[in-house]
Amino acid sequence: MRKVAIIGIGMTKFGEHWERGFRNLVIEAGIKAMEDSGLQGNEISAGYVGNMASGSLIGQEHVGALIADQMGLNPIPITRVEAACASGGVALRQGYLAVASGAHDFVVVGGVEKMNDLDTTSVSEILGGAGDEEWELFLGATFPGLYALMAKRHMYEYGTTEEMMASVAVKNHEHGSRNPYAQFQNKITIDTVMNSKMVADPLKVFDCSPITDGAAAVVLAPLDVAKKYNAQPIEIVASVQISDTIALHSREKLSEIKATKIAAQKAFEIAKITPKDINVAEVHDCFTIAEIMAIEDLGFFKKGEGGKASLEGKTGLNGEIPINTSGGLKSAGHPVGATGIKQAVEITWQLREKAEARQVADAEIGLTHNVGGSGATVVVHIFKKT
Amino acid sequence: MKESIPLTWRRIPERYRMKGVKCTICSTNYFPPRIVCPKCRRKGKLETFYFKGNGTVYSFTEIHSPASGFEEQVPYIFAIIDLDEGSHVTGQIVDARKDDVKIGDRVEAVFRKTQSDDPEGLIHYGFKFRLIKNKKTEIKLM
Repeated sequence: MRKVAIIGIGMTKFGEHWERGFRNLVIEAGIKAMEDSGLQGNEISAGYVGNMASGSLIGQEHVGALIADQMGLNPIPITRVEAACASGGVALRQGYLAVASGAHDFVVVGGVEKMNDLDTTSVSEILGGAGDEEWELFLGATFPGLYALMAKRHMYEYGTTEEMMASVAVKNHEHGSRNPYAQFQNKITIDTVMNSKMVADPLKVFDCSPITDGAAAVVLAPLDVAKKYNAQPIEIVASVQISDTIALHSREKLSEIKATKIAAQKAFEIAKITPKDINVAEVHDCFTIAEIMAIEDLGFFKKGEGGKASLEGKTGLNGEIPINTSGGLKSAGHPVGATGIKQAVEITWQLREKAEARQVADAEIGLTHNVGGSGATVVVHIFKKT
Repeated sequence: MKESIPLTWRRIPERYRMKGVKCTICSTNYFPPRIVCPKCRRKGKLETFYFKGNGTVYSFTEIHSPASGFEEQVPYIFAIIDLDEGSHVTGQIVDARKDDVKIGDRVEAVFRKTQSDDPEGLIHYGFKFRLIKNKKTEIKLM
């Protein structure tokens, strides 16, 4: 297998793009990534796009062909990849494998979701499709409800509190306030979260990531030629994808996401490093409890201590391990299929030392963690400065 | 969540009577039923097994922003139940208020209307759960 590097990145602002459609968003991200890569464009021989639900959200399927056409990339193949909220991460892995295997030299990988064309109730129902339709959704499950079941169990087993969860949202809004691409750039307090409307006990509105339009893209190349095109290629040193049961009730434990633990262990093994070597990480905080479980299951903190660590500021910009410098899903927004790619874009900015007001000093190694559904798919990537 | 008539019809034995499966090779009971035993895979042998529906509350929440079809029931208590005969299952806890429920409480399955698609659509029925400790007390719902 060849070594693979990111040589170009681009993304749209995340938010409510009432005046712009699916194709505008994905093309903006793609063109920015191409410009950043230093390629002419003719070198690209394949593309992948992470997208969860364009058929339900905007009535458009066959988006691989749509993008190839609208980007002027015909006749190269562009393949849509779907793994619910992990669609972006899985698409990145497909691009990585295509370059690593030697099947393709230069590959563009995008992620996109256009979510605000529908009302909130319909969007929630569509997102529910990431769980088990027949045995969860049909019986009244919602995604906040499923993560609330995990939160309750985490509170029961480890004494995690609602304030600890709230502190994750406060920290992510603080980071998001420094990110011009973030959907929400306002700071909030613990009280903002605690006083917000209950969604699924104990999760309140401010414990939940929003509905977002947006797109992100990266360009991949073999590491050995990457420097010819871009002065600061970022190597992908590990790419791991793990599956678990589709329904939350079939898991052995609710206070952890087992697929995260397995993916992290494998990724660290491949990269020959330990969690302590990671300088900055983007983790999947679709709900505040999800970030607490992620930082434990990835090995940054002992099981059960994630909530306390968050409350103590250990995951802030100047903390032990800065988590979600982009603002995470909570504050930067969560255009489902784009999230996994946005995470890679943010880590690339960090490792290039181009993250401006949210730059982590001396960041050499970064990690991304992308979750589909309630944990049925997890993708972990590790990136290194070259 | 709207469901098609054929899908609803297919699931009636499972939803009305908790019809699950038992793998006779590894002696694991599965509800909801599985088509393949994930432990034994092709070597497994699955037979019909009816669950009694008794169990304990493994985790629960109270949902305030409902799934579609559940608007009339808000807020509702939603739980994962550890069934006595094996398997965890998702379901509602009814005839109780949030403060009545604790992790570890004993529950039994009851047959209820689960949701209606819309005024002219299907009415769905199936299992929900009730706290055993509340069984003898008359509960005023209003």
